[in-house]
Amino acid sequence: MLEARGIEVAFPDRSRKPLIGPAPARRVLFGIDLEIAAGEAVGVVGESGSGKTTLGRAVLRLLRPSRGTVLFRGRDITGLPEAELRPLRRHMQMIFQDPQSSLNPRHRVVRILAEPLRSFGLAASAGEARRQALSLLERVGLPAEYGARYPHQLSGGQRQRVGIARAISVAPQFVVADEIVSGLDMSIQAQILDLLRALREEMGLALLFVSHDLSVVRAVCSRVLVMLDGRVVEEGACAEVFANPQHDYTRSLLAAIPLPRIEPGWLADATDRS
Amino acid sequence: MSALPALSVENLHVEIVDARGRTPILRGVSLEIGPGRIHGLVGESGAGKTVLAKAILGILPAGAAVTEGTIRHSGRPLTDAASRRGLLGRDISMILQDPTAALNPVLRIEAQIVDVLRRHLGLSRPASRGRALALLDAVRIREPARVLRQYPHELSGGMRQRVVIAIAFACDPLLVVADEPTTALDVTVQKRILRLIKEQQARSCASVLFITHDLGVVAKICDAVTVLHAGRALETAPAAELFESPRHGYTRALLAATPRLDRPDAGLRPVPEELTARLLRDAQDYDLARRDA
Repeated sequence: MLEARGIEVAFPDRSRKPLIGPAPARRVLFGIDLEIAAGEAVGVVGESGSGKTTLGRAVLRLLRPSRGTVLFRGRDITGLPEAELRPLRRHMQMIFQDPQSSLNPRHRVVRILAEPLRSFGLAASAGEARRQALSLLERVGLPAEYGARYPHQLSGGQRQRVGIARAISVAPQFVVADEIVSGLDMSIQAQILDLLRALREEMGLALLFVSHDLSVVRAVCSRVLVMLDGRVVEEGACAEVFANPQHDYTRSLLAAIPLPRIEPGWLADATDRS
Repeated sequence: MSALPALSVENLHVEIVDARGRTPILRGVSLEIGPGRIHGLVGESGAGKTVLAKAILGILPAGAAVTEGTIRHSGRPLTDAASRRGLLGRDISMILQDPTAALNPVLRIEAQIVDVLRRHLGLSRPASRGRALALLDAVRIREPARVLRQYPHELSGGMRQRVVIAIAFACDPLLVVADEPTTALDVTVQKRILRLIKEQQARSCASVLFITHDLGVVAKICDAVTVLHAGRALETAPAAELFESPRHGYTRALLAATPRLDRPDAGLRPVPEELTARLLRDAQDYDLARRDA
């Protein structure tokens, strides 16, 4: 489904821009390889600044890698101009961390969901798009009357359901989900992950699941990449990586997760100084 | 160390009173924190955790007010600004989720710490500078002299939270209100900050009200826990007991929703909708019964 080889991404570093001439490039990803089979869920974990979000955006070609290749269903999309990417966008979608900022605040939910259906030609008429939008709401567990609401009239969990509905509305084959449950309450988080699991099974979606939370990745994915400072430091089956981490960084990440059980001495082995 | 509880909240009601009437936010919450204890307050968003913190600190937003019940600090009732004068910043301090908001962006770190030490402890300028260095060292900041000269924006999120913790414990407080102090941090940074709060608490013998939505964090740092939902304290128990045998159905549901890296088959079970619906009905019945009484 998706194959990425030697992905590098560099951004201009404006803080070091000389008075005259372009800003020097600062690399944030260093030669990442990634493969996702049809229907497979792969997790990317790492802390802030590790480059996990950038990787998700690079494989969707929301930004252009400075080196490496991205193949989507065998086709090289690394250098495709936006006009040629556009028909492919239907098959590769993104669910964002904060639906508050990714959903148009001035549109009602029904319009937010109907628009991509119309623009990709998946609904013959406005009425048909509307009808499909309402049935999408139902699929993500929201009552149809929520179609008349604006994003700010929804709770965080409900907004994330709309974000998911919009991503799956065009029946994609591959979805990147970027921190989609961070900031949600535990009970809402469990509901959203439940929904994602059901939809994946139903649609056979391939998923790149980006998260800082290893326990959530373990629940959703079969394979995981651990990222640190723009590099993959460890990769493997979730069961393997979590039971038997090879890299020191993976071990320290795992050791830092506070499990809901009493463990005297847990705090004492925190590493020092910053 | 005084034998009186650093914080005792009794039957606390907070309501928003406006043109539409009264909206209850806290519905008769009681809890007590003994000297040198870390007491967790756990619940989901909207449960009223932050409102309780604000009621204690006397910084409720306009329109919200304590309509019944008492808050005492070492036996003294905290009612208005006068009752808190001289206490806030010295005997009672706070650590908030966003350290950026707690620090003044246009002042160097040194000025912010020195200000607290001079105002509350009456130290001279040179003495407070020496103390500020020691405080930053105690929160394990590597080059304290350099950090003193920096502005908040020059520090990372974890470093800023360390500075806030240093200030919160600077005057050996009796009570520290910590509202989601590690929520915005990466897990490895969170662990270090938790350890730091524990160390500082142990050194100063302060009592801490530790507010969080994460039962995992509660298990690692708290001696006792109160579970809050819809403004009601559903269960209060020693931490060991709460995790061993949670009594309230909501506590059990919240535990079942928490991801379990150690038990992949458990965790991430949504809280049953019937349960939350029933709890909300209970809360409304409580409001009605109270109005009639």
